[in-house]
Amino acid sequence: MSNSKSAYSFSNKKEKFDTHIIVVWVDNEAGVLARVVGLFSGRGYNIESLAVAQVDEKLKISRITIVTTGTPQVVNQIKLQLRKLVPVHKVADFKREDKAVIFKEMALFKIVGPNNKLESALKACKKYNPVLLDKTKKSNVIQITALRREIDKMSKDLKKFGLVSVSRTGAVAMTRGADIFK
Amino acid sequence: MSKLYSGAEIVFKCMKDQNVDHIFGYPGGAVLPIYDELQNFKSIKHVLVRHEQGAGHAAEGYARSSGKPGVILVTSGPGATNVVTALTDAYMDSIPLVCISGQVPTHLIGTDAFQECDTTGITRPCTKHNWLVKDINDLASTIHKAFEVATTGRPGPVLVDIPKDIQFQKTKYKKPKKEKKLNGKSHNHFNQNSIDHLIDLMSKSSKPIFYTGGGVINSGPKASELLRELVYATGFPITSTLQGLGSFPGDDNQFLGMLGMHGTYEANNAMHDCDLMINIGARFDDRITGKIDEFSPKSKKVHIDIDPSSINKNVKVDLAIVGDVKTVLSSTLKSLKQKKSKFLKSNKQKTSKWWEKIQKWRSVRSLDYIGSEETIKPQYAIERLYELTKDKDSYITTEVGQHQMWAAQHYKFNKPNRWMTSGGLGTMGYGLPAAVGVQVAHPKKLVIDIAGEASVLMTIQEMSTAVQYNLPIKIFILNNQYMGMVRQWQELLHDKNYSESYTAALPDFVKLAEAYNCVGIRAKTPEELDDKIIEMLNTDRPVIFDCMVDKVENCFPMIPSGKPHNQMILGPKDQENKKITGKGKSLV
Repeated sequence: MSNSKSAYSFSNKKEKFDTHIIVVWVDNEAGVLARVVGLFSGRGYNIESLAVAQVDEKLKISRITIVTTGTPQVVNQIKLQLRKLVPVHKVADFKREDKAVIFKEMALFKIVGPNNKLESALKACKKYNPVLLDKTKKSNVIQITALRREIDKMSKDLKKFGLVSVSRTGAVAMTRGADIFK
Repeated sequence: MSKLYSGAEIVFKCMKDQNVDHIFGYPGGAVLPIYDELQNFKSIKHVLVRHEQGAGHAAEGYARSSGKPGVILVTSGPGATNVVTALTDAYMDSIPLVCISGQVPTHLIGTDAFQECDTTGITRPCTKHNWLVKDINDLASTIHKAFEVATTGRPGPVLVDIPKDIQFQKTKYKKPKKEKKLNGKSHNHFNQNSIDHLIDLMSKSSKPIFYTGGGVINSGPKASELLRELVYATGFPITSTLQGLGSFPGDDNQFLGMLGMHGTYEANNAMHDCDLMINIGARFDDRITGKIDEFSPKSKKVHIDIDPSSINKNVKVDLAIVGDVKTVLSSTLKSLKQKKSKFLKSNKQKTSKWWEKIQKWRSVRSLDYIGSEETIKPQYAIERLYELTKDKDSYITTEVGQHQMWAAQHYKFNKPNRWMTSGGLGTMGYGLPAAVGVQVAHPKKLVIDIAGEASVLMTIQEMSTAVQYNLPIKIFILNNQYMGMVRQWQELLHDKNYSESYTAALPDFVKLAEAYNCVGIRAKTPEELDDKIIEMLNTDRPVIFDCMVDKVENCFPMIPSGKPHNQMILGPKDQENKKITGKGKSLV
């Protein structure tokens, strides 16, 4: 009895957690984001990042992109539970490793410091399509688009050049090639 | 130009077009315009409850016994929050409810106005969907949609929140539109291949079992008929969850009784040892599976369910058939008749050893109890109630606790929609208002709430409703002065520390009945029990029956926490051998 585990509470299953990007097409109506987010918090699912905006003005469709982690069983439940929500039209699920899908996040970095440091910062961002959005004598605002872990790394690396503020979006995703998700 | 109607009128016009006959409600400031219109719609009868929770459970009882959605009308703020328990209960047990709530006028929303609360926010996790109607032009289509969402797919509660100013505004009325597809949420997603696969599994199995649940009841009476046909055609044993009782005759030889935590020895052992489990409209709930990693280890599992998210949620299955039980069963029967017309004959020999094994388990007689001549044993009370009412087409509701399990074990149901109990949420106080709702739907039928004295006190005020509307419900209280199930767990798991589970200063239920102007009857000894029950049945008024039972009787058999199906505690003697120790104690 002492080593017994039960469905009633403990679980001794140690399954691997995978990172998935879930894309949800919803009616852009009052409370729809609360429904989606409430489903995640209420059922104990993770949200690593979230991006949402209306993508079709005429049909009033919003596209929500959620990065989540979970066992295969949990990720499957997330999809099935989302599909039950009345304003949800379709749900797509991509694994982070999926080569057929593009994932991007955007970040804004504010760097404050002497000119040489500002330049070094901009140089360091070279790989990630940097755009200089604002420039003063003492500061830069740089926009980059990259993967989550790349932005994580840049947020660390830029500290030495005078990084004072970071603002970043959640990931958005799109399939490669001519096909769209139906 | 067509006529303009006020929001309040539109509410009732929608209900009329949705064939609503009864609504359960309680008036208040934010719904007064709607109550003002009530008199102009004579076909809709309003039942005034004494607490909004009662309206919710009454609507549940109404829905479960009639197959129609239950309709609730409450005011803003406390009216809406009081109904939350019932909405959650209906959500857990998949009961179709439509709740209309009043809201403060739109210009006051967000100002912490009097009796304002974020009703759609509060009820979002306990409804299938909810709406706050901010534009009078959306009102009719929203209410029609609400009925559609509540009753299609896996049924459930919905809520429509209507601000007071919208109730006064005027617009044209829109009739319900037949929508072809509910946003891609139609749920018959199976094909013939899955049915063929199922029949193949059935013909290969030598130790099969049907495990059926509330989904069969929700699919309508036809589903129960088809289930019976399939079970007789295959000769397989069948067990049912708490919610599924009645879909198959409880006194049939192929029926093994209820399964799960307080299920029979034969049902649970058969679930554990089977080689094919066919789940029809049940959801592998934790009270059913016990220890999940030792749940039915050797079986192929088939799951028939209308809700795709029920599949592989708790238990991985080998074959999933997503669809309405009625449709799936009728396809299965059709194929079975075409392909294996002699199924029963060929199968009988194959399953004969299995049936022998089941008979051995049956011979343990796990529902037996030690009788007494001095005190009324609660199981005996249910048995006598069953014997004296089985020839009537009676409807049984329950509260939650030991009495509920004893009722499930000892009262045999032969028809669907006759058994109303709170399973998923386990709501004490459910049974009395549910009985009110059942009696409203079936005025001439016998309706009994098998109750515990602790549960029934949670919604006892609804006796006043029963008296007002001449609803002759029978409240059959198994009174042991304890919260019996709590006491039982404390005895078995917490070293007999009966912390706060004894109710001192209980009311005198006979006097209480008199205070409500209904009839009180008390039975103290087994000898007088039958006469008193007959007296109750012969009373054409609401009755509170105070059945004084053994105070310390426990509900057996029982799968203790942390144990699989095949390690049940059978009775008081067995209990000593299988003491729950260590970690098992912390598992609930």
